[in-house]
Amino acid sequence: MQDTNTIIQVNQLSRQFGEQAALDNISFKVKAGQIFGIVGENGAGKTTLIKHILGQYIAEQGSIKVFGKDPVEEPEKVLAKIGYLSEEPDLPAWMTVKEIIKYTAAFYANWDHRYAAELMEVFSLQTNKRIRELSKGQKARVGLVLAQAHRPELLLLDEPSSGLDPNVRRDILGAIIRTVSEEGRSVIFSSHLLEEVERVSDHLMMLDKGKRLLSDSMDNILAHHYRFVISGNNEINTKQLRDDFKNLGLLNSQQLENEWLLNFYGDEQQIEAQLNDNTYPILSKNKLSLSDIFIARTTANKGG
Amino acid sequence: MDIHLVQADGVPVYQQIIRQVKHLISSNRLKVDQELPAIRVLAEQLLVNPNTVARAYRELEVANWIYKRRGAGTFVSGEASPLSKLEQNKIIDEKLSALITEARQMNIPTERLVERLNQLSQSANYTAQDQEV
Repeated sequence: MQDTNTIIQVNQLSRQFGEQAALDNISFKVKAGQIFGIVGENGAGKTTLIKHILGQYIAEQGSIKVFGKDPVEEPEKVLAKIGYLSEEPDLPAWMTVKEIIKYTAAFYANWDHRYAAELMEVFSLQTNKRIRELSKGQKARVGLVLAQAHRPELLLLDEPSSGLDPNVRRDILGAIIRTVSEEGRSVIFSSHLLEEVERVSDHLMMLDKGKRLLSDSMDNILAHHYRFVISGNNEINTKQLRDDFKNLGLLNSQQLENEWLLNFYGDEQQIEAQLNDNTYPILSKNKLSLSDIFIARTTANKGG
Repeated sequence: MDIHLVQADGVPVYQQIIRQVKHLISSNRLKVDQELPAIRVLAEQLLVNPNTVARAYRELEVANWIYKRRGAGTFVSGEASPLSKLEQNKIIDEKLSALITEARQMNIPTERLVERLNQLSQSANYTAQDQEV
């Protein structure tokens, strides 16, 4: 957990799909031992980004290095160190659980059969069942075994919890925690379930329409987002607020009758001092929850 | 260890762990020299980042609520009890000042607040010690 080596470095990565910018100038680093959460709505660019990490897309603009290597040029070296689980694991329906495990094991030199068996038992998976006979949750559990049994240095989970019941989601979160705590490895975890990401991540990146809205430690994010409510009427307007607070991290503002909600990412005391200087009466002040932060940020990205 | 995390109110998880461990110690549900779960065990139980638990333990250790024995684990400190009164006050003060602010916004005078508080605590079915802090 103390290791600070960079395992992924993405620099100014952009990707177009036709007219649509799927990724727009994205930069970030993932360090060894981190649980790196990526949140965003559907279409935010999460999966496109993850496919670049897996070497399934070539970086059109910008660069991407995984374990110091280009995942497109040296996929075998990069993929050997990654365990990957997507929302809909692509498993051959006609195979039995035992067969898919044996088949996958053949790709990895360091497959740990004992660990695989242990996970199968924890997840109560029946080895003689065919994939097509499994529920969505059991399929996800098979996917988890396949993603973990070679003890990858990086566990890469793309929306793993979507549409799954709470028990399976717990298993997935448990796998994430075990990966970093028992083995000092790293996890990248994309989701639109904010509460799950908040629980486990130490770093969070927020994507919206291909743009990076935010990338910071979870602690910083939760500690420095504030909502101030001030009283005021039509003398106050959005433009004026933006001018007054542009250097103090005003994200967006919203009028509710004769009150204004102001969302900030900045220094609490400076914001408060500035509000007092401008004689805006403060009615209340609160820290924002992650879901409030997400809404404020995506609203601001729409220009609100 | 009986810890419940609430995510809606914006209190960081490590602070919730700190608060609840203090509460468990203050209310004697964790006893002096009792061993706390290992970091990774609690992380897996709560499904939170191990660093979050480590940070909570670190701050509890700095404040002398718990102590580490090399290679043996983490235990409840004997020094916790004199501090815990201060800590109880701190927790209560925090809640009370929120209440006072709210009352002011509703133009409720402090005397009426005190009156209400007395009435509530006297009512027979109200057992404050069962409430989560």
